[in-house]
Amino acid sequence: MTTTAPYNGPQKIHPHKFTMWVALGSMVMMFAGLTSAYIVKKNQSTWLQFDLPLIFWYSTGVILLSSITMYLSVKAFAAQKMAQYKGLISLTAALGLLFLLMQAYGFRELDTKNIALLGPKSNSAASFLFVITFLHMLHVLGGVIALLVIFFRAFTKNLKNNSVVPIEVVGTYWHFVDILWIYLFLFYNWIG
Amino acid sequence: MSNEAVLHDNHSHEHAHHDTFITKYVFSQDHKMIAKQFLITGMIWAVLGGFMSVLFRLQLGYPDSSFPWMEDLLGKWAKGGHITPEAYYALVTTHGTVLVFFVLTAGLSGTFANFLIPLQIGARDMASPFMNMLSYWFFFAASIIMMSSFFVQTGPFSGGWTAYPPLSALGDASPGSKSGMDLWIISMALFVVSSLLGGLNYIATILNMRTKGMSMTRLPLTIWALFFTAVLGVLSFPVLLSGFILLIFDRNFGTSFYLSDIFVNGVGALPNEGGSAILFQHLFWFLGHPEVYIILLPAMGMVSEILSVNSRKPIFGYMAMIGSLFAIAILAFLVWAHHMFVTGLNPFLGSVFVLLTLLIAVPSAIKVFNWLTTLWRGNIRFTPGMLFAIGFVSLFISGGLTGIWLGNSALDIHLHDTYFVVAHFHIVMGVASMFGMFAGIYHWFPKMYGKYLNNTLGYIHFWVTIAGAYMIFWPMHYEGLAGMPRRYYDFSIWESFKQFQDLNRFISVVSIMVFAVQLLFLFNFFYSIFKGRKVTTLNPWKSNTLEWTTPINPGHGNWVGEIPEVYRWPYDYGKDGVDFTPQTTPVGEEESQH
Repeated sequence: MTTTAPYNGPQKIHPHKFTMWVALGSMVMMFAGLTSAYIVKKNQSTWLQFDLPLIFWYSTGVILLSSITMYLSVKAFAAQKMAQYKGLISLTAALGLLFLLMQAYGFRELDTKNIALLGPKSNSAASFLFVITFLHMLHVLGGVIALLVIFFRAFTKNLKNNSVVPIEVVGTYWHFVDILWIYLFLFYNWIG
Repeated sequence: MSNEAVLHDNHSHEHAHHDTFITKYVFSQDHKMIAKQFLITGMIWAVLGGFMSVLFRLQLGYPDSSFPWMEDLLGKWAKGGHITPEAYYALVTTHGTVLVFFVLTAGLSGTFANFLIPLQIGARDMASPFMNMLSYWFFFAASIIMMSSFFVQTGPFSGGWTAYPPLSALGDASPGSKSGMDLWIISMALFVVSSLLGGLNYIATILNMRTKGMSMTRLPLTIWALFFTAVLGVLSFPVLLSGFILLIFDRNFGTSFYLSDIFVNGVGALPNEGGSAILFQHLFWFLGHPEVYIILLPAMGMVSEILSVNSRKPIFGYMAMIGSLFAIAILAFLVWAHHMFVTGLNPFLGSVFVLLTLLIAVPSAIKVFNWLTTLWRGNIRFTPGMLFAIGFVSLFISGGLTGIWLGNSALDIHLHDTYFVVAHFHIVMGVASMFGMFAGIYHWFPKMYGKYLNNTLGYIHFWVTIAGAYMIFWPMHYEGLAGMPRRYYDFSIWESFKQFQDLNRFISVVSIMVFAVQLLFLFNFFYSIFKGRKVTTLNPWKSNTLEWTTPINPGHGNWVGEIPEVYRWPYDYGKDGVDFTPQTTPVGEEESQH
């Protein structure tokens, strides 16, 4: 063992970024658990078939767009274009909020079609859709809060000395919740 | 967050900030203090959980006697000095929950991952000390909430530590299913968050913050074990959380994930439709089985280290040890359904799980072989820590062998839910890991507090505990083989189990004695913190690892001046006739190769 090459390089990846990647793995497991449960339950005879709310298609577009603005804002920060950065980061947060509203509206759409999401009359198919989507919404909300935190930091701190790490960590998370929704949306459409 | 300071290895890392009482002892971000917080909280839970077992063992050993002091202590839960069935189930449930999660997960991983990772890899602190602090306080909040469930009118949750629906999903199912269960699930959710925050940090720290020269294959086996433990936790706890979330919706929002139109006495048929209690079992055991290894692996890692140091020999088969840890970690995810052989599982699927389960015997046997060969012809120092490490190996073998019985789905039809299972998992997981934890405490106490634990008390503690553990759990195998079911409140009304009355009494008496000896250990622990013999040398065990290169009472930041560089693996004991060669010693030109 004494002959192995010594480890003495600089940090290849910032520990906070690395931690975020591991955390994403953890979140993947949570949603994998839920969607597996969904597949198991789907084989039951009482499973209810219904169409996804139409607005989910539009909300998918919104969250995709927000990923683009997130990407551009990280780029703007790296290029020290602060005004552009602030604009893009607030746009991303706004799109995130819009996405949440649209999802909530989607639930209302189901409700008006008499598809109960909760309560004794609910079918597991609708309850699953609600619980999984709602948990995803909570994750998006967490991302919006993180965006607001770095947004306000942009005003209070001298950005020139500021590290790019927090923004990149939030960016990674934001793209993750985007991809997660795409996965869930495809899952609902094809499996559900 | 002082992480940035931690990342840069500058020379003058004397921490200039002045710690107040609050930042040093309460909201500390020093990994060593957080480790002690986990340890002491875990110890409090261990005493409470152990005491609960004494209470329900009294019921099992003396079903016809009454204990007036019990009524003074528990009030309506022990009317006439007789524990009520509801209280019995609440005690069994809470005993399981706190011992598995709060003592052997938080108390074990929380303590030793926090304490040893930065010290043994050569880091000033964790990747994120702030998250580390949060991890403890989430655990603390979980503890307070779990404890508060003792004081609600309907009592704590009483449906078993596995929280199977409908007992967990239906408030009307039992008294403990009401607010006791609400508190249980909130507490457990906080606990999961605590574990995740801790686990993320451990992984990031091990992979990113090792000192110069500390390649992955120079890591002590403790670190490897803690690494796999953290990976298991990070990947399996979220699935438990998703199971709990669905449970919360069934409990509070009328959904039918787990509940179906069953008939409940006093309630009538439920309005729910199509729910499956088995679904919960899958989600639960997907965590539940890795959890067994979350509990065992840290003990395995520490035992490997302690056996090698106190045998004055290199660990036998270092790479095989890592490989077997890896194999166990992978297999841990693929065997969960062996807890569910009798749920009506497809027999073909069952046979796959049998095969995968029995495969675990291979890496386990490799580990046992390597521990024994490490001991073989060593210059063994029988310190209390070493005795507990050897005790761990003994218990792991004894308990592991019965795992081969239970992993067989045909035998499991007979043995499932009997005392055979109770005996198996207590020996292999409960007591064995407890021994690993004791070994760790005795071995690293000098580093934690700069004092030694009293050896005589340590020897009494060890011998009574190991003898007692076998006397308690060995006979349970026979009870289980005879079909005696677990979880029953009173066996005296069954003709077939009357023959075990004396045996049950014997087990109860021994468990009280073993509990008393743990109090002796507790006394030793706290007495030695203040009045113990002082450590006067940097490296009392003549060990190779980095933690013994720090000052006797290291401050926040661990090393004064630069972090030492590492040149070799940690197991050069007796190499070229030299008793031990610390990892910080450069490789000499004349030195032999491995």
